[in-house]
Amino acid sequence: MIRPLPTLLLAAALTAAIGSLAAQTVSSGLRGPTPLNDEGPAPPMAPTRNTAEREARNYPEQPPVIPHSIDGYQIDIRGNKCLSCHARARTAESQAPMVSITHFMDRDGQFLASVSPRRFFCTECHVSQSVSNPPVSNDFVDIDTLLSRAAPGGRR
Amino acid sequence: MSDEAKPLPRETWFGRVKSFALELWGVLIRPSSVFSLGVLVLAGFVAGIIFWGGFNTALELTNTEKFCTSCHEMRDNVFAELKSTIHFTNRSGVRATCPDCHVPHDWTDKIARKMQASKEVWGKIFGTIDTREKFMDRRLELAVHEWARFKANDSLECRNCHSADSMDITKQSPRASTAHQRFLFTGEKTCIDCHKGIAHHLPDMRGVPGWQ
Repeated sequence: MIRPLPTLLLAAALTAAIGSLAAQTVSSGLRGPTPLNDEGPAPPMAPTRNTAEREARNYPEQPPVIPHSIDGYQIDIRGNKCLSCHARARTAESQAPMVSITHFMDRDGQFLASVSPRRFFCTECHVSQSVSNPPVSNDFVDIDTLLSRAAPGGRR
Repeated sequence: MSDEAKPLPRETWFGRVKSFALELWGVLIRPSSVFSLGVLVLAGFVAGIIFWGGFNTALELTNTEKFCTSCHEMRDNVFAELKSTIHFTNRSGVRATCPDCHVPHDWTDKIARKMQASKEVWGKIFGTIDTREKFMDRRLELAVHEWARFKANDSLECRNCHSADSMDITKQSPRASTAHQRFLFTGEKTCIDCHKGIAHHLPDMRGVPGWQ
């Protein structure tokens, strides 16, 4: 049997709670005070990091990030602007790092004379970096730091 | 009477043209018996001004982006591609139009280029690149012409705006400043050697030096 008084009280409490939620503006660090059903103003475009200095990888398998601007670089069936500096034969003149030898391998592990078609589209993995404050902070710790925490000064 | 009744031998087309030309030549080399020398000189002067003005006006009219993009071959292919590049849209709003890069600015070279462009009129009339597919098939050939022209005149059309003397390499990215010091300032390379495809999409680059 449903007792009427507690049910009514519960209903009143729920109504009050919903009302106060609806009146509250939801402000999140990512989307700001814009109402959920509206689209806020676009954030300003962040400039590209353009130092041309190599950046450390966070883990050994990480595709190295691009430390320069790649605006307008064409990468398609007709040409690959990246390779005009990073191809093996071009590195002497450009002093750019050579495309990794792993990129010459086809999917059967056979080495080809040049970059394998499946590794042709550089920006599938390698990306340029922008100078901006990330809205969500990152507490990633790389493996070296982790290991030295466990055994300071120990061999890794 | 019998002589007149006899029909003259019908002149050939070539014969008529020849006799007309001879008659015209006769008029041209005879001194004028109606106009004074002063009138003739003045008339020649005025006609010269009108001709020269008209010629230059027509020349400048064909030297505008509006004229270039009045054909769909240019408007839908190369002009559409230009729009997203820094030579069309950028922070300061200074932009290059078609003739800024593709027609030499000094008179002699401009006339030479305009004479070459008669081939482009031919191409327009006979629809050499009137579809996207035809254009893509010919793209390398067309691009190679432009690259050769830039290479031959040391990228003059680039340098009309971009002067190596005024280039502040400290304001450039380290990569750009190194490359410019090593290759541009030494004269080892010219702009087009590295900056192919900055204003339009590239053709199939296989076999082009420096490309894969």
